Order: sequence, then structure tokens, then C-alpha cells
Amino acid sequence: MTVRLPAPLRTPIGQAALAFAVAIALPFIGHNGGFTNFLADAGAFVLLALGLNIVVGFAGLLDLGYAAFFAIGSYAFAMLASPQFGIHLPFWVLLFVASGIAAVFGILLGAPTLRLRGDYLAIVTLGFGEIVPQTFLNLAQWTGGPNGIGSLDQPTIGSYKFGFDALPYYFMVLGLIALAVWLANNMRASRLGRAWMAIREDELAAAHMGINTTATKLAAFAMGASFSGLAGCALASKLQLVSPDQFGFNVSVFILAMLVLGGMGNIPGVIVGSLILSALERFILPQGTNFLHGLGFTSVDLSNSRFLIYGVILVMMMLFRPEGLIPSHQRKAELHAADDDARIAGREQTLYTEAVR
Amino acid sequence: MALLEVDGLVARYGRITALDGISLTVDEGEIVTLIGANGAGKTTTLRAISGLVRPAAGAIRFAGRDTSKLAPNDVVRAGISHAPEGRHVFPRMTVRENLELGAYTRSVTSEIAEDLERVLGIFPRLKERYTQKAGTMSGGEQQMLAIARALMSRPRVLLLDEPSLGLSPKLVQTIFEVIRDINRRGTTILLIEQNARQALAVASRGYVLEVGRIAHAGAAAELAASEAVRAAYLGGAA
Repeated sequence: MTVRLPAPLRTPIGQAALAFAVAIALPFIGHNGGFTNFLADAGAFVLLALGLNIVVGFAGLLDLGYAAFFAIGSYAFAMLASPQFGIHLPFWVLLFVASGIAAVFGILLGAPTLRLRGDYLAIVTLGFGEIVPQTFLNLAQWTGGPNGIGSLDQPTIGSYKFGFDALPYYFMVLGLIALAVWLANNMRASRLGRAWMAIREDELAAAHMGINTTATKLAAFAMGASFSGLAGCALASKLQLVSPDQFGFNVSVFILAMLVLGGMGNIPGVIVGSLILSALERFILPQGTNFLHGLGFTSVDLSNSRFLIYGVILVMMMLFRPEGLIPSHQRKAELHAADDDARIAGREQTLYTEAVR
Repeated sequence: MALLEVDGLVARYGRITALDGISLTVDEGEIVTLIGANGAGKTTTLRAISGLVRPAAGAIRFAGRDTSKLAPNDVVRAGISHAPEGRHVFPRMTVRENLELGAYTRSVTSEIAEDLERVLGIFPRLKERYTQKAGTMSGGEQQMLAIARALMSRPRVLLLDEPSLGLSPKLVQTIFEVIRDINRRGTTILLIEQNARQALAVASRGYVLEVGRIAHAGAAAELAASEAVRAAYLGGAA
């Protein structure tokens, strides 16, 4: 038996509106500061996952160093809204400035990788992912080195200061997610989006169609990076701190795992995958550890083995549902290509037999 | 003046010279074929015209304009479209999406719709498969799609690289009929073929390429009758 949704909820816009309404209500249900805090952090990671989805999911460029752009966006905000240099630009302006700076670095770091594909692209982006936090660590006179930059400005609306409660940050992140979903969805359906898909499918053929592959790939890096600028501002202002250890390789992998789990290229899938992994990290593993301690397994700490557990999840996904929990139609087709190939071979054989008969 | 003119074209891959001074012309409304063995430089010639290979020397002029330094996307905009060897359709996209990407460089939707009707008229089979994923079609259908997609940019010159490769004899006939049809409708064609006999039968002129140089050139009928060409490319006495 299937449940039939009321008519307005059968459209994507209706479903998005419902999800958004639920998201607004969420912090008031439990009315628990810790939960709201989690929601705000998880929301920032949804932004990051939506950004990486443009690069990896839409354009098919495997980027293993995405946290570098998150770092650049966060540091851009921190340097321009803290006592570090005595610069205090308004938060809402910095949101655009930090995204813009991250996008510029998306182009700068994307440019040398343009001729690379697949494994080679992944290795070079992995390198950038290591270089950027190291650079912030070593430029201590500007970045505070290992201590990072603290006492960051809080966002304000008129005379209202966001303060230390997570709730206003959560609503801000929610607004940014709505913006990011709207942007990503429009980009996907646009001419640029079609060019991304074409490059993902067959770069040579894309060039033959008159697609400027250089500009199109750089646009993917720039747009993807700009989303991480939004996330960087939101999270840095909430934590009041940036430091180089927030942007390691594990963060890049964590975000990539969100895409793999949820379904690359599919916006709802990416959001769901992102929320599941954030919840796993914050609630499920600590609760599971407590539960196991209660059963007498006192030496077990699931949180310490979280990367092992993510690894197991990724392997299971690849084996049983490579297209992700909520796949895009096209990705699903790509990953089940072997079935198609068998079908094509069958058809060719039939046609050939007909032809020679 | 020729519509497409290649003059003294030299192309290298690293230290290997693939093209060693190729000159050819294609006049408006013609079908010209470039035949030759594997590795003679046929595909490299087309790739150079398309801007995918940078020539080391020589000139490529299209409609009087030097296109040898243009990027591939600008070559398409200039009016040269290339259906590559091995079809290269977008396998996980539908026939319709493939054709729409063929019109990527264009913006007037009414004209695109017109051309969509036109190519579906040339390839009725693609109309039947309109919403099917291109990768699930037969080799012949994919080749038709690759040609149809190349036509969607409304080119003045269509470059075809081995359109009959890997097709059954019956489908080869169909493809060559289509090539004639497209040409009759006003598109100039530069055709690369291993199937020299068929290619010379549809073309008005031909060039025979041997290891990076033009070895013979002339009217298609003359080449088909020439002893040297017959011996090397048409399987001796025919």
C-alpha cells in the first residue's frame, strides 16, 4: 500500500516548502540548546555538501581537497571581521566577499588541474587540500598560526546581535541553504548545467558540441567554492574562531562521503546524506558508545573509530547502492551501465544477424 | 574561393610528425573525401580543422577567415561541425538531450526547434527513439545520432570521421545515403573513410593521404579508376 500525498506535496516545490517548514519548527520541538547547536553546524555542512556537489556531482570533477575552499572562506571572514587587523566589515557584506574570494581561489586552484582527469585530478586536489591549511598554519603573522584567529565579529541585524545562542545562526544557515538550493537547482537546469553534465559524460564530445570546456570546468570550481565561502562565514561567526585544524583532509572526505551516501548530483539526496553523517557524528556514535558501555563493553568508543565506521558505510554503499540513497536519474543510469551494455550487445547482435541474413 | 582551405598544415604529437604539409580545399556544396590507411593522419587533419590539435605550421581558412588559432568552441560557432570517430554520443542522456546539446552554441529557440524537425526528418529512426538513452541504442542508431547532433549546430561544413566504422553492410548503405541526402540539402561535407570505394562513390573529389602527406588528389571518379589507388585502397582488381 502506498500513501498518497495531498496534491501540493507531490510537486518538488511543495516538498521543498514542507521540508523548510519542518526545518524551521525543529529547534522548538525539543527546545534543547545542544540540539539547536547541532542543527546549525549540520546546516553549515549541508551548504558545503551542496557546493561540492556542483564540482563532483554535476561536473564530475573528483575534488578531494574541497576543505581548502572552506578554509579560505573562513579565513577571509576571520581576517576582515576581527581584531586581527582591526578590520570590522559588516557580516552580510562579508558573506558575499568571502564567497567571492573562495570563488577566485576556486579558479586559481582549478586552472592547473584543467588538463587532468580522474585519478590525476583527485591527486592534485588532494595536494591543494593539504597545502592550504598548512599555509594558514605557517603564515603566523597574519593568521595567528596554530592558534588561529579568535574573537570574530558576530552578525547583527539592526541593533540585534546574534550572540552566543545557536538559534539565530541556525535560522541564518537555513536561509543560506534555501539560497544555495535555489541557486544549485537553477544552475543544474541552465545552459551551464547542461554543459557540466556533458563534460561529465564525455569531455571530448562536449568540446565537439562547441562547449568551452575550460570555462565550464572553472565555473564549476568557482561556484562550488563560493558555497563553501557561505558556510565558512556562518560557521566561523558562530564558533567565533578559525584555526587550521578545522580544515584537514578528513573534512574533505567527510563532505565527499555525504555525497556518496546521499546520491551524487541529486540535491535532496545530498542534503539527506549530509544530515545523516552529521547526526552519526554528533549523536548516533556517542549514544551508541553509551549504550555499549551500559551493556558492559566499557572499552569500546565508537566516536574514536568514526572514520572506520564511515569507511564501512562507504564500502557498503558502493557494493549495494552505488547511486546513493536518493539518486539522480542520470547517475543511476551511469552506475548501472553494465546492464545497458549487455542490452546494447544483444541488440547489435540481433541487428547484425538481420543484416547478414 | 574555396569554403574551407588547408594550406601546408603540419601537426606534431611530441616528436612525432603526424601531418607533414597537407594542403586541401573544399568548395561550397561539395562532398570531399580523405582516404588512406590507419595512421596516415586523416583524423589528425580533422582534429586540426576543429581546433582540437594546434597546427605547428600552415594555415586553415574557413570562409576567408583564419581559423587555425581558434578554440574548438569558436570553430563550431564559425560554422564547422565535427562528428568524431567512435560516435561519442552522450550515453546516459536521451536522444533528445543529445540533440539539444548539439545546438549548444545557438540561442534562437524557434530555429533550434526547426532544425530538430529537420534532422528528425532525415533520421526517422531517431524520432522513434526520442526519449531513449543514447547508450542503449545500436551502433548504427548511435552513428545516426552523432551525425544528427553535429547537424544541430547548423554547420556550413560537416566533418565526418569514419561514419561507417563497425556497422553492418546494410547500415553502411543507409549511412552513405544519408550523407548524400544531407549534402543535397546544402551542407558541405569533408568525409574520412576507410571504406574508400563507398567514399569515392559519394564524393565529387578525393585526397589520398599517406603517412602525413597527400599522395594523390583528384576527381573521385578518377581516383577510383587510378591503378595506384585501386591497388592500395580498393583491394586490387574490382
